[in-house]
Amino acid sequence: MSASVLPRMTVWRGIATVLIVAGVLAAAARFRLGLGATTNLTDEFPWGLWIGFDFLGIGLAASGFTLVAAVHLFHAKEYEPIVRPAILTAFIGYLLVVFVLIIDLGRPDHFWHPLVMWNPHSVMCEISWCLMLYTTVLSLEFAPIVLEKFHIHAPIRWLHAISLPFMIFGVLLSTLHQSSFGSLYLIVPNRLHPLWYSPLLPVLFFISCIGSGISMVIMEALLLSRSGVVLLPTRLRAKLAKFIAIALAVYLVVRVQDLLLRGVLPEMTRLNYYTFAFYTELLIGYVIPLGLLLSERVRLSRKGLYASCLMVLAGFGANRMNTAITGLEQWPTRTYFPSLIEVLIMLGIAALGFSAFAVIVRYLPIFQAEPEPGLREAPPALVPAAAFRAPQGDGLEASRP
Amino acid sequence: MIQKKAMLIDISLCIGCNACQGGCKEAHQLPPGEEKYLSLTAFTAVSDHNGRFVRHLCQHCEVPTCVSVCPVGALTKTAAGPVAYDGDKCIGCRYCLQACPFHVPKYEWSKTRPSIRKCDFCAARLAKGLPTACAEACPTGATRFGDRDALLAEAAARIQQAPDRYVARIYGQDDVGGTSMLYLSPVPFEQLGFDTRLGKTPMPLLTMSALSKAPNVLTVGGVLLTGIWWITDRRQEVEAAEGTKARDRSREEKEHR
Repeated sequence: MSASVLPRMTVWRGIATVLIVAGVLAAAARFRLGLGATTNLTDEFPWGLWIGFDFLGIGLAASGFTLVAAVHLFHAKEYEPIVRPAILTAFIGYLLVVFVLIIDLGRPDHFWHPLVMWNPHSVMCEISWCLMLYTTVLSLEFAPIVLEKFHIHAPIRWLHAISLPFMIFGVLLSTLHQSSFGSLYLIVPNRLHPLWYSPLLPVLFFISCIGSGISMVIMEALLLSRSGVVLLPTRLRAKLAKFIAIALAVYLVVRVQDLLLRGVLPEMTRLNYYTFAFYTELLIGYVIPLGLLLSERVRLSRKGLYASCLMVLAGFGANRMNTAITGLEQWPTRTYFPSLIEVLIMLGIAALGFSAFAVIVRYLPIFQAEPEPGLREAPPALVPAAAFRAPQGDGLEASRP
Repeated sequence: MIQKKAMLIDISLCIGCNACQGGCKEAHQLPPGEEKYLSLTAFTAVSDHNGRFVRHLCQHCEVPTCVSVCPVGALTKTAAGPVAYDGDKCIGCRYCLQACPFHVPKYEWSKTRPSIRKCDFCAARLAKGLPTACAEACPTGATRFGDRDALLAEAAARIQQAPDRYVARIYGQDDVGGTSMLYLSPVPFEQLGFDTRLGKTPMPLLTMSALSKAPNVLTVGGVLLTGIWWITDRRQEVEAAEGTKARDRSREEKEHR
């Protein structure tokens, strides 16, 4: 199996290596020279690209808690095959975010302080705790996969015995800190543009992470199915996509209703830097994919589903970046654009994440289902190198023989 | 109980001589030299608004935003009024810079072990019973140091005595829940660059309204999820049992035939 899973990685491996090396060098520069010399962060713009990246990473890693809740708590057992990839995604995502946070901290040597110095009034303190606890829960959820590989069965039984409370705790922790990332901005009503500032920020952040988390899972299933690992048959993928549509619809209702109730309508009708960002985010990330996903044909088509999920993820990213950056800019006098080193560190860490996923699926039993050669669309050698190209073949795919 | 200290800054008396900054720099051993904006080396600065001068410095809020956001409690509000900072605790998350409604904390971006820098309300001098260095340096009495209650009463009296000289408002009396810097102005505060839309509610309450729900999410959510698990689990058990029963029945029927 391992040889056929990621046949296109050779070119990607090259790119990933370059990105990771560049990222390591950039990180070395950041630690050697300090934040001022290596970033475009200022007193007026103390948070930038890295915080946006954290939001993004955590949102994509929401796949972990949504799928664990669906399969293990709500007993939607048909999605079982995708749980392990989802947990792996979440685990990698959280570790990377912790990594970025430590790079972002002015005093990385003090990163452990929130564990012993508490401030219960601080959202940041709550997030630190949730991140740490949930990463622990994820490592417990991930541990059986490692133990299975090495045939150590006794601890798996212990883990299984305590798994229910841990899974529930994990889902609750996710609920808390996914929304808390939104709560971070509750304290800046004077700075954040009204198109993004809302007392409902935590609620909106939570709803949107469900859509992005499930989209991430479907994207993974689609990408992996190209190399012959069928995790979700077409029908199930389509069914799962319905939940994205529900999340998007709920989000749109809450968001638009909130905007109208807060009287932001005049802002929305102006045409400027902010409304451009706002409508791009809302249309690409929410309105258009919702429209697409309401159609059964789109949900059953690979291309349609791929495009919809990609849009959900892009719109989600845009929403987080807009909240973290655009909404705080005072166009055109006070803006922020990340420095090369900020970008390189982010790309390096993203590449590290993709590489870690590729390596781990190769050596650990992440896909319980063996690949079915009959469903492979093209022999691996013929698939072109670009891994993020839209999958080949649209239309309906034979889901079951 | 310690009387809360404050400063009354009367903009109509300020001549923009910058003596406050000089006194502050001397007391804090900062490099001398006039600075127009708050910086790492200027904890107070005077801005010129068409001949009217406004002092900028940490407002030492009654319910400080920075104190509430700091994850490690590096910033604390002391009983005497100053908002104190402990760089040994600080992790450098810069949430205080992001959140401060008055844009006060400044960050040592160029250092590899940075801290924030801001006015400390001369906490060390206050402890010795001395007034702040800036108030002591002020030649016109535009900045006066004293107990907050007494200064509020005095400010109100000044407005009452000369209603044509002041706008009827003490900025800082209850803006963002009250601050230790109380301003009197001859012209509306908006014209002097004050943010008058901050409201009277302390900013930390905005966060607390969300954060206080966290324990409920844990308890109610925990029970709810356990309940859902219980029901769906039972449903599966029943399905499994009925499946077995159906199989048994069909086997029995076969045997009968």
